[in-house]
Amino acid sequence: MANFKHTLFEQMIKDFAETEVKPLAQEVDEQEVFPAETVEKMAKSGIMGIIVPKQYGGAGGDYNMYIYAVEELSKHCATTGVILSAHTSLCQAPILEYGTEEQKQKYLPDLASGKKIGAFGLTEPNAGTDASNQQTVAVEKEDHYLLNGSKIFITNAGYASTYIIIAVTGKGPKGPEMSAFIVESAFEGFTIGKKEKKMGIRGSSTCELIFENVKVPKENLLGKRGDGFKIAMKTLDGGRIGIAAQALGIAEGALDTTVAYVKSRKQFGKPISAFQNTQFVLADLSTKIAAARLLVYAAVAAKQNKEPTLSVKAAQAKLFAAETAMEVTTKAVQLHGGYGYTREYPVERMMRDAKITEIYEGTSEVQRMVISAALLKK
Amino acid sequence: MKIIVCIKQVPNTTEIKIDPVTNTLKRDGVPSIINPDDKSAIEAALSLKEKCGATVTVLTMGPMQAEKALREALAMGADEAFLLTDRAFAGSDTLATSTIIAAAIKKLGADLVFCGRQAIDGDTAQVGPQIAEHLDIPQITYAAAIDYDCERDVLRVKRQFEDRYQVLEVKGKCLVTVLSSMTKPRYMNVWDIVEQDEKEISFITFADLELNREDIGLNGSPTKVKSTATKQFDKTIETVELDPESAAQTIVDALKARHLI
Repeated sequence: MANFKHTLFEQMIKDFAETEVKPLAQEVDEQEVFPAETVEKMAKSGIMGIIVPKQYGGAGGDYNMYIYAVEELSKHCATTGVILSAHTSLCQAPILEYGTEEQKQKYLPDLASGKKIGAFGLTEPNAGTDASNQQTVAVEKEDHYLLNGSKIFITNAGYASTYIIIAVTGKGPKGPEMSAFIVESAFEGFTIGKKEKKMGIRGSSTCELIFENVKVPKENLLGKRGDGFKIAMKTLDGGRIGIAAQALGIAEGALDTTVAYVKSRKQFGKPISAFQNTQFVLADLSTKIAAARLLVYAAVAAKQNKEPTLSVKAAQAKLFAAETAMEVTTKAVQLHGGYGYTREYPVERMMRDAKITEIYEGTSEVQRMVISAALLKK
Repeated sequence: MKIIVCIKQVPNTTEIKIDPVTNTLKRDGVPSIINPDDKSAIEAALSLKEKCGATVTVLTMGPMQAEKALREALAMGADEAFLLTDRAFAGSDTLATSTIIAAAIKKLGADLVFCGRQAIDGDTAQVGPQIAEHLDIPQITYAAAIDYDCERDVLRVKRQFEDRYQVLEVKGKCLVTVLSSMTKPRYMNVWDIVEQDEKEISFITFADLELNREDIGLNGSPTKVKSTATKQFDKTIETVELDPESAAQTIVDALKARHLI
């Protein structure tokens, strides 16, 4: 079998990101607009269904291709990067992993073609890092579960039609019993609440979800009853690689912009790239990005090979890539000087965008908890 | 309907390096792309396929690494790809090249042949028309738009001239050369990117075609390149400091002196 798919995919994504995504990034940020047209173009090129197998209408590509897409899109626009990441990692992946054949056939084709966008709801006002402190409940009735409660900070909310929702379904031996459900935006009683105004990724839609007596058909239970917390945590392992790739892309985009800037900006009669401070800072940033890239793609390999070390590798990749993105973008602004603080240059946006990667899908502190827990368990 | 699109892999640079000994292009180390006019020809064929149904076959002649250009065309949605490759084909000029490609098209059979107008590395615009002559079919060059009337089975082509357009309708077999300005070619798509790895590229060699050795390769090439050179621009920058009015006059005088206005 030939092996051209990665080369061709990289060429396509780079071309797409530079032509379609880069020119809109500033507007998406300033106007806080969800880039719906870009998402349509991504759908047309198959980018919204990279990892979905062909029999469900996807491209049948691998995880490596998907992660590379998030990285390249995020180089130019972190908003576009996270739309793809949440759609793929947090909605398609759990349906693929835990869905029944009927659920896969019902939901995956529209998600893979990009006709519908996916989202995931775990976080609640009192269940952030303490994710097991869920207040949303789903009470089992004759042919459905009655869903009540709310979720906050949900990426793609409002634009998504298919949501993976975690809710309490009873009492378990060690605390609340949680289950996962596939919830459609069209279900009666499901409304979108407050839209957040954010520091960065301002075009990404982040809203509250409200469930008032939503009847979720029993066949929409994802996985077994009581498996909700496990499904959420495993889903987040995959999601973290997506966010790590987003962080990596932001860092790479900031470095590329900065390298071009320091060569053209002159002070004391020479380009600032001639100063050793500039050179040393760039060398350090480039080295950290290279290290982050290795961690991200090591996590991708762990995911593809279904290695038991996936949780730790995904946490390490996200922790390191997010902190690298924050450091690179902060120093990129510094190297741009006063201009870097203005909205005329993209680095201030990249710095604001970078911050979220240290927070969502598990803060950096959560990643440290995951990594150390695995170490100390031995 | 069967459409064959002839494409060429070209170096992606304006700094084309030339072998000073053989006066031919040095391809090593230069990233390659599908020639822009040819990429529009692929797009034209794929749009026609979507509208009326057709199989789209891409064909190129070149070294083994030209396989990547064919695979890119498959990843855009082409159905099958053929690579004409043989030592006997090396050193062919436009006449010998068109002789070989025409022989391949005759073997494969086609209702329509789409080519790019010209390649950015040679700019001859000769191969397309020569293929049509070898095949003895009509040709329409410089297509700025292509449409197909599926009901009447008629191809309508808007031909671009310097100062006007000509709209032609043609029934039956013909060859069209396409301008890159015609349309923005689609991106490769992930479905076909994954699928092309499962497809084989078919190779066509000298032995597969009805060709005489004296008509192809260096022997069959009447064009002899005497020398190739990169144009040197003599840039002289003159700096003068003047008030706006005399500055404008100075610029006008300088342009007049060079017969630019």
